[in-house]
Amino acid sequence: MSDALLDVRDLKIGATVYPPGEPPREIEIVHGVSFTLEKGKVLGLIGESGAGKSTIGLAAMGYGRGGVELTGGEVWVNGRDILKGGLKGLRKLRGAEVTYVAQSAAAAFNPAKKLMEQVTEAAIHHNRFSKSEAEARAVALFAKLGLPDPETFGNRYPHQVSGGQLQRAMTALALCPQPDLVVFDEPTTALDVTTQIDVLAAIKDAIRDTGVAALYITHDLAVVAQVSDDIMVLRNGDKVEYGPTDQIINAPQEEYTRALVSVRSIEHEEKQPTPEPVLRVSGITARYKGTDFDVLHDVSVDLHPGQTLAVVGESGSGKSTLARVITGLLPPRAGEIEFAGRTLSPALEGRAREDLRELQMIYQMADVAMNPRQTVGTIIGRPLEFYFGLKGAEKRKRVKELLDEIEMGDGFIDRYPAELSGGQKQRVCIARALAAKPRMIICDEVTSALDPLVADGILKLLLDLQKIEGVAYLFITHDLATVRAIADSIAVMYRGKVVRYGPKSQVLSPPFDDYTDLLLSSVPEMKLGWLEEVIAHRKMESAGH
Amino acid sequence: MMRIPFAAAVGLTFTALYFLAAIFAPLLAPYGMAEVVGDVWEPSSAEHWLGTDNIGRDLLTRLIYGGRTTIFIATAATVLSFTTGAILGFLAAVLGGWADQVMSRAVDLLMSIPTLIFALVVLSVMPVTVPMLILVMGLLDSTRVYRLARAVAVDINVMDFVEAARLRGEGRGWVIFREILPNALSPLVAEMGMRFIFMVLFVSTLSFLGLGVQPPSADWGGIVKENKDGIVYGIPAALLPAVAIATLAISVNLVADWVLNRTTSLKGGRG
Repeated sequence: MSDALLDVRDLKIGATVYPPGEPPREIEIVHGVSFTLEKGKVLGLIGESGAGKSTIGLAAMGYGRGGVELTGGEVWVNGRDILKGGLKGLRKLRGAEVTYVAQSAAAAFNPAKKLMEQVTEAAIHHNRFSKSEAEARAVALFAKLGLPDPETFGNRYPHQVSGGQLQRAMTALALCPQPDLVVFDEPTTALDVTTQIDVLAAIKDAIRDTGVAALYITHDLAVVAQVSDDIMVLRNGDKVEYGPTDQIINAPQEEYTRALVSVRSIEHEEKQPTPEPVLRVSGITARYKGTDFDVLHDVSVDLHPGQTLAVVGESGSGKSTLARVITGLLPPRAGEIEFAGRTLSPALEGRAREDLRELQMIYQMADVAMNPRQTVGTIIGRPLEFYFGLKGAEKRKRVKELLDEIEMGDGFIDRYPAELSGGQKQRVCIARALAAKPRMIICDEVTSALDPLVADGILKLLLDLQKIEGVAYLFITHDLATVRAIADSIAVMYRGKVVRYGPKSQVLSPPFDDYTDLLLSSVPEMKLGWLEEVIAHRKMESAGH
Repeated sequence: MMRIPFAAAVGLTFTALYFLAAIFAPLLAPYGMAEVVGDVWEPSSAEHWLGTDNIGRDLLTRLIYGGRTTIFIATAATVLSFTTGAILGFLAAVLGGWADQVMSRAVDLLMSIPTLIFALVVLSVMPVTVPMLILVMGLLDSTRVYRLARAVAVDINVMDFVEAARLRGEGRGWVIFREILPNALSPLVAEMGMRFIFMVLFVSTLSFLGLGVQPPSADWGGIVKENKDGIVYGIPAALLPAVAIATLAISVNLVADWVLNRTTSLKGGRG
């Protein structure tokens, strides 16, 4: 027995893996993790992908996702070892005493049912509240979470509300049965920064007001620092460091935690613009086939040789569409693209091989940017063969040089993408782009699918390569920390327009326009009390207006 | 090095047996293909292991030669249907737009006519020869392969690596054969096992109806047709080709299943 609400003792979790060409094998993915959580407290679980944080979070409900099994240890909730209660015991626990908030609200809601029905379902099913009581609770929660028209919000279907609202609705869903513990599994990761801050504040208030305990799972230390009382840092299924939030952020003991705290501290000197830009985009207006609104309105930006132009914006701002227009995949309705002194044909089909070679692209998801049936050698070697006619030993030699340049070594030449880690995959994609000896590379959110430390490595590599090869980057991202780290000039996009554009020092210093101010102030900072400061600042501003 | 699961081993053994028997039929068969060697519908004996057929030919010999014809026609038709179906399907997916529309609607049109009726109509006006049979069966069946290939390729076509190849300036040939085909292979191979068996059934049906392989050549459907009257008198001769078809169907599918599992595991999953 224990006084704590949640007491996890020496938890071991196993999974079955299917290595290619070998019989299935049992492995252990969480190696004996212990922690306790008291009523009304928030524990942040933080780590990279594969650290086991979600697996541990779900174990608090006695659940193992797809092929995952709880192989050892005890999980005590409210003084009961839930692993011993059998399925019936778990059924009573889940959705009543312990509830769950998933990362993707859009995928977690049933699109065919109204929100109210889904939010109150668990509370009614577990006989915690009658239908009318549960609905009253839901309305109160909607109001508390800052959702518009709380009285009627529940009458909408999931597709009728925005992503941020849906995420808050799911928080209401989790809180409605009056649980003792809520597991938040990356609840704000899929949201834009300006939305994230609202959801974060709403979640924090709701946790405080209802006195519920929470496990908050995320990979973003700055986010977890805002909401949790304690933080546990995990890596590869092991506990690295466990302590109060203040200590973890301000006085980390372990090397790994220090690396996480100091991530994104790349220093980059801004370069002066040159007279001749390598890429000049002027007056681009574009729309997708079959639609009747412009995704880009009159966009004009320049990119100078050997420099980085960061295009920043939230989802839907048109930044990826700009990349499609520049590459020729989406011919614009108006405007012109000048590249290396030549005017580019608007459509891909009309472009010369030289234009294609000098303008390369790196994608967000390295997994799908490489053919899974080709070896690293083929992937990097193809541009060499295609553009320069290199064959056989000569080609292989150049591939090895490129592998050296991306700090991977030639041992990888005969491997398949599936055998590489996320960071290695992205490096191979960089090598493929470099193989063409381009003047310019479009980087479309190249680090946003990676863990912070890995992303840092990629950014450093890109900066080093820029120095050696003199290649220019058009860097598309939603992450302002990345922008600070690598950009020479910045274009801020909002609803298809460039709202702010210029050298980095100028764009990132006041006076700001409203949108840039909102965007900049929404990026979580690695310090305690940041969230409160920003919210207070915003309230003051809106009161002043 | 590689472990073959039990089911796959059984499948491989029987499939290999059937194909070997088909290839070496003249060496294996105890008598000539159309040679009359005994009385009508003799029961099995030391000379005639499976007995004789409706005009006194050795049934084992007929089955071996019949398997040769059936398997040859089915294999050739499968190869034809897969090459045409897959290439056209991939092409439709890569080209998109009106080219895709025209091809897909034409295929819809062909598929809306029951295959057997269509084949009967064509074969009743055309000379029934083995190449003609293969052509008709292969082309009719390629509509189904086309649909599968197109569906798989449409999914692959939107992947970033295909876009990357396009941005590199690669031609359609490279995109189809080097980027899409290797990734579309596993569902196609699994389908191939199924389609091969449908081909066996299809040619047997045609022969049974008299529009397939012409006598005196033996094939499994023809053997059923020739001996079907015996069933009334308790003569099992007509059932033997059915047993042959069934065992072949099961073993080929066991192999296809195994191939599917193996090839998908290359990508790291078993799905």
